[in-house]
Parts: sequence; structure tokens; C-alpha cells
Amino acid sequence: MQPLLELKGLTKYFPVTGGFIFKRQVGNVHAVDGVDLKVGEGETVGLVGESGCGKSTLGRLAARLYEPTFGKVLYRGQDISTASRRELKPIRPEIQMIFQDPYSSLNPRQTVGAIISGPMEINGINPPGGHEKRVRELLETVGLNPEHYNRFPHEFSGGQRQRIGIARALALNPKLIIADEPVSALDVSIQAQVINLLQELQRDLGIAFLFIAHDLAVVRHFSQRVAVMYLGKVVEVGDRESIYLRPRHPYTHALLSAVPEATVEDEPRQRIRLAGDVPSPINPPTGCRFRTRCWKAQERCAEEAPPLIQLAGNREGHLTACHFPEAPTTSGEDVVLDPALA
Amino acid sequence: MTAVTFTETGPGRRGDSFLSVQDLHVSFSTEDGVVKAVDGLSFEVEKGTTLGIVGESGSGKSVTNLAILGLHNSEHAEIGGEIWFEDQELVGASRGTLERLRGNRIAMIFQDPLTALSPFHTIGRQIGEVYRKHKGTSKREARDRAIEMLERVGIPNAKVRVDDYPHHFSGGMRQRVMIAMALVCDPALVIADEPTTALDVTVQAQILDLLKDLQDQMGTSIILITHDLGVVAQTAHNVLVMYAGRAVERGTVREVLGTPRHPYTWGLLSSVPRLGSSVDVPLKPVRGTPPSLLNPPPGCRFHPRCDYRNLVGPDLCSTEQPELSPERGHGDACYLTLQQKQEIHTQLMEGR
Repeated sequence: MQPLLELKGLTKYFPVTGGFIFKRQVGNVHAVDGVDLKVGEGETVGLVGESGCGKSTLGRLAARLYEPTFGKVLYRGQDISTASRRELKPIRPEIQMIFQDPYSSLNPRQTVGAIISGPMEINGINPPGGHEKRVRELLETVGLNPEHYNRFPHEFSGGQRQRIGIARALALNPKLIIADEPVSALDVSIQAQVINLLQELQRDLGIAFLFIAHDLAVVRHFSQRVAVMYLGKVVEVGDRESIYLRPRHPYTHALLSAVPEATVEDEPRQRIRLAGDVPSPINPPTGCRFRTRCWKAQERCAEEAPPLIQLAGNREGHLTACHFPEAPTTSGEDVVLDPALA
Repeated sequence: MTAVTFTETGPGRRGDSFLSVQDLHVSFSTEDGVVKAVDGLSFEVEKGTTLGIVGESGSGKSVTNLAILGLHNSEHAEIGGEIWFEDQELVGASRGTLERLRGNRIAMIFQDPLTALSPFHTIGRQIGEVYRKHKGTSKREARDRAIEMLERVGIPNAKVRVDDYPHHFSGGMRQRVMIAMALVCDPALVIADEPTTALDVTVQAQILDLLKDLQDQMGTSIILITHDLGVVAQTAHNVLVMYAGRAVERGTVREVLGTPRHPYTWGLLSSVPRLGSSVDVPLKPVRGTPPSLLNPPPGCRFHPRCDYRNLVGPDLCSTEQPELSPERGHGDACYLTLQQKQEIHTQLMEGR
């Protein structure tokens, strides 16, 4: 079956300029570097990684807000990475985005009605009963009072604004929503409300999601498949169970062990403490990008980049990019690399 | 405001806890009215332990700690109650007294190290400045001390990096510099205001471990302000849950996270997904939104969002403000009976 969205060798470099008066390009930020990923119809795919790993850039590439440097974005088999405005026009309504910051992603000078009906006007869609009726329906769908049609964004709280953003994304009946950290700016009690809303919409309307977040527990709750990114590359991808219960990549292990859990445990969990921070994407390490912080790194890791492949014993579709993968379990020996903690 | 008192045992001072906050009130006058950011808060911190203060934005957790440090502008903020620290009353203490304490006996770690550090001075100078001011040492001694502290917080090649500027460091390293600066005078109390919120999970884990490690070595007490119950579970000994300027639950980490008693704490715990929780069950959020502190609801401030107030009987929740009880140990501010709380909590935990 043809996937709804397919990313093939997707790469995005941002130029870095330097010099006084005459700006010259002195390098590239390797934001996304050769990513392959598929999103099926009605499927939710989670994308996790730390800041600067390229997950937001990837989301924007998939929505064609950026043009890729290399690689392809296929939407229902059609390459949209180089498509012209006219070719994109029928596709745009089907791919929508929800942004992280509910404060800066809504125009403060427009009413809620204008914000939500904006996409319909731009695309020349006239729903039966007019724009206003449709907007009121949408407001109700996302759990807001339809009477708020004429209010301005500043009259709403953060959680309510995020709902307005969701209503705007739903206005065109999209097939795919790219949600870039949709809940990370919200308080915990509000976060859960928004996650539940997104999940209901996903179930009722059958919309596919590319769900970008840094919170592993939230991604696990929301996504059927999960891809883990590190410095512009997908290091591990698979179904939810494989990634969270049988991870193979050392970085996935490190991420999972670092999540602070709100439980009092009698048995301490596996403790992996990496040294230092993520290296700069301007000059990423050769070979495997994780090798500078990896406890298993050997010479081979510096020489050749590990391919993203299915390892022996892994489930279909669970791919790992590592020369020396870990055992498929989440408990194991502690690894503490940080000099201050050793 | 209370006058400065130097009596050994003040009226509100109890036991041997070395920081004791009694009935603290902080309010700000704004154009729209008076915001009661903290309203009748009492808690204690014991020596060498970590108190985690948990709450959502606007719950008054940061305001409380700025009051301890005397960092509120007295023109806008009105502070009432008592704060006892090592036999000194801090509410209304003179500027000189507070200046001698700040950075020396009480230090602070801020959330965003990039804005908290000066971009114009080397980190060695910034760390050394605190030491020179309080210990009166020479520049050279202060520099040596800065290098020692940087090594202690795990900054590689500290002898060279001491002359670098904040922008030369990554986010995690900057937070280490902040910790080094906070600990340079061996303070008795460190207030860490969301110290890891701006950091990635792997770096957050490093920083939390580092704080715990340093506490073990130096016997510092820590107040850790956070919105993340997970962070509290990993680092704190005691927890105080705040809602709309008041404490709603207090106890050890095991008590509050294992057998929580307040409906708001239940809400916080059941609204975050866990790595081990069932994925098919929807999250149970707290309905509604936090109240405005300009005009907080009467009675229990949580009652408009509470699902259990019908169990309490007519109007009690909406008219009378519950206090934390019992006064010591695991306490909560809720009118439900202990048995009801236990039953509801067991029910909530089923299926998770």
C-alpha cells in the first residue's frame, strides 16, 4: 500500500555566513541529513529527539514550508519537494500544521472567526451554511464555546489558544497534520486536555499525524510508530513497543533512562548518564554522529556511518542505525560517562 | 511589615529546621487590582535535605522563593508573615543583612543560564566576584577558587575555560557554571528555580545527578522549584504541592507520590503519561483552568475544578478555606475524610 507521506533521503542544509561587509558562506548547518520516513494513512508517527536534532526542520520540510537541499517528499506518490505553487495548490489543504507556541502562532489583530476561516478563504472553499457556521462547528469540535467567534486571541488562556490553532488546522479537513511540540508550552493539567483532544480527533476523523515532541512519555502515549532523531539523522525507528521495550540503539537507551518518572521506585532503573551536550550540527562528527557521546564507540564508528537496518531478532519495521547495538531490553548495567558524577 | 528581630527563638520558629516560612503573604498591586500571589504559606526545610516545590505557572512557587531572598521590589510587593533562616528573620530585614546572606549563605540557580549570566564578563570573573565580595579574598585566590568550582561541576579543561565567556558554553555547560557560581561560598541553602526546564532530557539527568552529588558532599539544603513531578521524584526528599498561592499537600516524596491525598495532586499525577502506563486509556486531565489570582475563588481555591466536592457536603468547599492538616508530616488541605481519599486514590490508580 502506498504511504500517505514518504520522505526519501531528505536533507536540509542551512548556510552559515561569515565575514565583515562581504558575507561569504563559511559552512552549513546539517539540520536534517538523509532521513527516510513513512507515514501511512490515518497513522500517528512520533518524532523524538533533543533540541537541535532537526525534528522541527523535518516537520517543516514535510509541510513544504522549507525546500529540501536534497531528497524527496512524496505525498500520495507525488513529489512535492520541487512542486510549483500551482501544483501544490490542491495538496496544501490536505497537510496542515499545529505549532508549538500558542501565543505567537495566532495573529493578535484578528478575531478567532477570522483566524479559523482564513484557510477556507485562501483556498476558496465555501462550506454549506457559510464560513461562520463552519467556524462555530469547529470551535465546538475543539471544546470551545461557539459564542467566542468574535473574540481576540488575548482573551484566551494558553490551552484555549492551542485549541484555536487546532481548529484552524482542521478547517480544511486535512489528511495529515504535522504537530510540532503542540503541548510543550502548556501546563501539565492543560497538556492532558489537549492530548486527549488530539487523540479523539485522530480516532474520529482518521487524520494521520506526524507528532513532533521531546517528551518521550507523551510521544509514547500518542504514537503508533516512533522515530528517534539525533543530529539530523534517524537513529532508530519502529513500532511503539519495540522502541520503548526493546530499543537497540544506545542513544534510545540513554534517552529512556534519562526520563524522570513521577513514581517512587523500589528498584532503581538503569542509569545512563552521557557526558557533555549534543555536538554542533555545523561540523557533525564523522561516521556515526552519536559516537562522541557513546560508551560503545570504536574506530569503525568514526569511519563509516551505520546504515538504518533491521537487526536480527527485531520486529518488521524496527530499524536501527548502529554498528554495536545494545541488548533489546530497558534494564541493564549503569553507564556513567559524566566526569563530575564518576 | 514586620520589624527586624534578632531574638534567638522567635514566635513562629519551631524545632531545629533551619529555614522556616510561617504564614507568608505576598501581594502585588497592579492596575487591575491586588494580586495575591502567595496567601498564607508555611513550610520548613531541614538541613541537608531537598524540598521540591511543585505547581503550575502562577501557583506562587517562584514568588515565594524570591521573597526568601528579599528580591521583591518593596514598592510593588507587599510581604507579610515570617521567614526564619538560621535564627534571622528575613521579612523586613535590612538591605545590608540580606546582602550579606545572598550568594553567601543562600544562593540561587536560575532557570535560564544565558540571561542570568553577564555576557560581558568571563565566567571566571563572575564566579570569583561572589567569592571576593563575601570572603574578601584577592583576585588570584578568587580565580583559583573559580577553577576549583568549575572542576567540581565537571567542566573539562577548567584552567583554560575559566577565561571564556558564557556564549562559548553550551546550555548544559552554562547551567553547570551557574551551579558553580551558586556553590562558590559553600551556601547553607540553594534555591534552584526550574534549573533543568530549559535543558534536554539527557542533560537534565546529568544536572540533577550533579546537584544530588554536590548535596551529598557539601550538606547543602536545596529548594527545588519545578512543574515536573518526575524531577521531584528523582531528586527531592520532601514535596510541597502548591495551587493558586497556597499549599495543598505536603509530605515526603514517598508519601505524596505514592499515596497522594489532595484532588489536585491526583489530577497532576494522572494527567502526565508515564513510560509504563497503559496507552489505550485516555489521560485524566484536571478540567477547567487555574483561577485568576486577582479574584481567587472563595473557600478552597481548587473547588471549581474539583470532581469530589459533592462528597464533602453542602457548601463547605466553596465557603471555608481548608488548612494543611495534620500540622506535621504528610498533610493536605482538603475536607474529604482520610478514608474517602484512600478509596478514591485506589480507584484512580486502577487501570493505569
